[in-house]
Amino acid sequence: MNTAALYRRRRIINFVNLGISMLAVLFGLFWLVWILWTLFAQGLSAISLSMFTQTTPPPGSAGGLANAIFGSLLMSLIAVLIGTPIGVLAGTYVAEYGRRGWLAPATRFINDILLSAPSIVIGLFVYAVYVANIQHFSGWAGTFALALIVIPVVLKTTENMLRLVPDTMREAAAALGAPQWIVISSVTLRAARSGIITGILLAVARISGETAPLLFTALNNQFWSVNMNAPMANLPVVIFQFAMSPYQDWQTLAWGGALLITLAVLTLNILARSLFAQKSSNS
Amino acid sequence: MENTALAPPPANKIRVSRLNFFYGSYQALTDVDLNIAEKNITAFIGPSGCGKSTLLRTFNRMYDLYPGHRATGEIMLNDNNILDPRQDVIALRAKVGMVFQKPTPFPMSIYENIAFGVKLYERLSSGEMDERVEWALRKAALWDEVKDKLRQSGLSLSGGQQQRLCIARAVAVKPEVLLLDEPTSALDPISTAKIEELLNELKPDYTIAIVTHNMQQAARVSDYTAYMYLGKLIEFDITDKIFINPGRKETEDYITGRFG
Repeated sequence: MNTAALYRRRRIINFVNLGISMLAVLFGLFWLVWILWTLFAQGLSAISLSMFTQTTPPPGSAGGLANAIFGSLLMSLIAVLIGTPIGVLAGTYVAEYGRRGWLAPATRFINDILLSAPSIVIGLFVYAVYVANIQHFSGWAGTFALALIVIPVVLKTTENMLRLVPDTMREAAAALGAPQWIVISSVTLRAARSGIITGILLAVARISGETAPLLFTALNNQFWSVNMNAPMANLPVVIFQFAMSPYQDWQTLAWGGALLITLAVLTLNILARSLFAQKSSNS
Repeated sequence: MENTALAPPPANKIRVSRLNFFYGSYQALTDVDLNIAEKNITAFIGPSGCGKSTLLRTFNRMYDLYPGHRATGEIMLNDNNILDPRQDVIALRAKVGMVFQKPTPFPMSIYENIAFGVKLYERLSSGEMDERVEWALRKAALWDEVKDKLRQSGLSLSGGQQQRLCIARAVAVKPEVLLLDEPTSALDPISTAKIEELLNELKPDYTIAIVTHNMQQAARVSDYTAYMYLGKLIEFDITDKIFINPGRKETEDYITGRFG
C-alpha cells in the first residue's frame, strides 16, 4: 500500500528527528550536570559557619568569605536600587511615550548594544571616568559599574513586558477619560508588573556573578570594610584571585564562593520563574 | 435635520455632518451625515472594513491616541462640536463611554475596575464609592454574580461576566452616551442574550450606539440601523424599515445575504 509506505516513512523521519533533538539535549545537559557536580563536590566541603563569619584569610590560616559576601550583597543591592528606577522609567518611555519620534528607537538601539556589551568594557569605562580620577578603587565605583549592567536588562524587560499589554487595554482606560500617565501607572505597568519584577530578579542574578567590571572598580579588600569609598571585597574577584593562587585552602574557599553564587542565582531564577508563572496563571 | 419617520421625533443626541476620516492618506469615511437619537439604540451594520467601527471611534475621539488619524467635518454632541481641537477629550469621554469587542478588565479587583473611572472625576467617600460600585454592577446585571467576590481579580470572571464588568465600568462614570464596538462577538450565545437584554434595560437612560456584525442582533436590539459600505453611509432609517423594506438595493442585498 502506498499510503502505508508513506506513513512508515514519516514515522521513521519523525523518529530520527526526535532522536537527534534528544541527543542534543543530552549533550547540553551532560556538561551542565558535570559542572554542577564538580561545583558541589569541591565546594560543599568549604561551606561552613566560619565561611559566613570570618574574613578572607592570609594563605595558610583559617578564614571565611564574610567580607566578600557582605561586599557583594551591598554593592549588588545599591546597584539594583540605582538601576531599577532608571531602567523601569526608561523602558516605560520607550514602550509607552516614545511611539512617535526618533528618541525611543534610538534608545532601544543603544540599549541593545549596551545589553550585549562585554562587561569588561563597562569596568574599563568606570575605571577611566571614575577610578582614574579619584586615584583609588572603591565600592562606589563597583556599584556604578554593576548599575550600568542592571539598567539595560531592566529597560529591555520593562519594554518587552509593556509591549505584551494589548492596546485594547490602553484604549479601554483612555475611553474612560484617563490621561496617559494614569493609563500607564495604574493599568499598563500594573499589568506588566510581575514580568518587570522577574526582569529585576534576573538582573540581580546577572550582576551577582560579574567579575570583570569589579576587577577594575571595587577590586578587593582583605579586611572587613563597610566603607564604600574604599576598595571593597566581593565574591567574584575573591574567587578569581583565590582560584588562581597556589594555596590549597584559598582554592577551597574559591570553590565555596562559586557554589554560593550558583545557589544564589539558582534561587533567584526559581523565584523569578514561580513569580511569573503564578502571576500569568491567575491574570 | 429632524427625523420625521417617528410620530414624536426623539431629540438628536449626536448630529454628524460631512464627516470624513483619514488613516494617514487612506480615507476611511466619506461625507457621513447622520443623527443619533437620544435614549434610543442605533446599530451600525456592514461588511468588515466598511468604516462602522471607525465612525463609532470618532464619537469619543478614540483615534486621538494614534498619530496620523484625523477627522474633518462636524460631530455635534449637545450642540458642541467634539471635533473642535479645543474640545477637552477627557471631559468628552466622561460623557461618552465605550465598550470594546474583547472584554478588557484592568488587572485589578472587580471593585477597583469599577472605581477606576469614577475616581477620575469624583471624590467620593468610601461609603459613596461602595454604593456607586453596587449601583453600576446592578445596572450591568452583574451584582448578584460578583457581590461576594468584589476583591477578586476582574480577570477571574468568565468572558461574558468580564464584558458586563466593562459595561458596568463604563456606566459607573454616568455617561450620556454608550458606544459598543461589537460587544458580543467574542461571547457565547447565552452571554450575548444577557448583554442584549441589558442594552434594552439601559435604553431609557442612555443613548446607545452599537456596531455589530450580527444582523439579527441589530434587528433585535436597535431602534435605528445604519448600513455602511466602503466608508459611506448607504442607508439609515428605523430598524424595522431597514430590515423589512429597505430603500436601497445594496442594503437589501446585504441583509438578505446576497452580498458580493
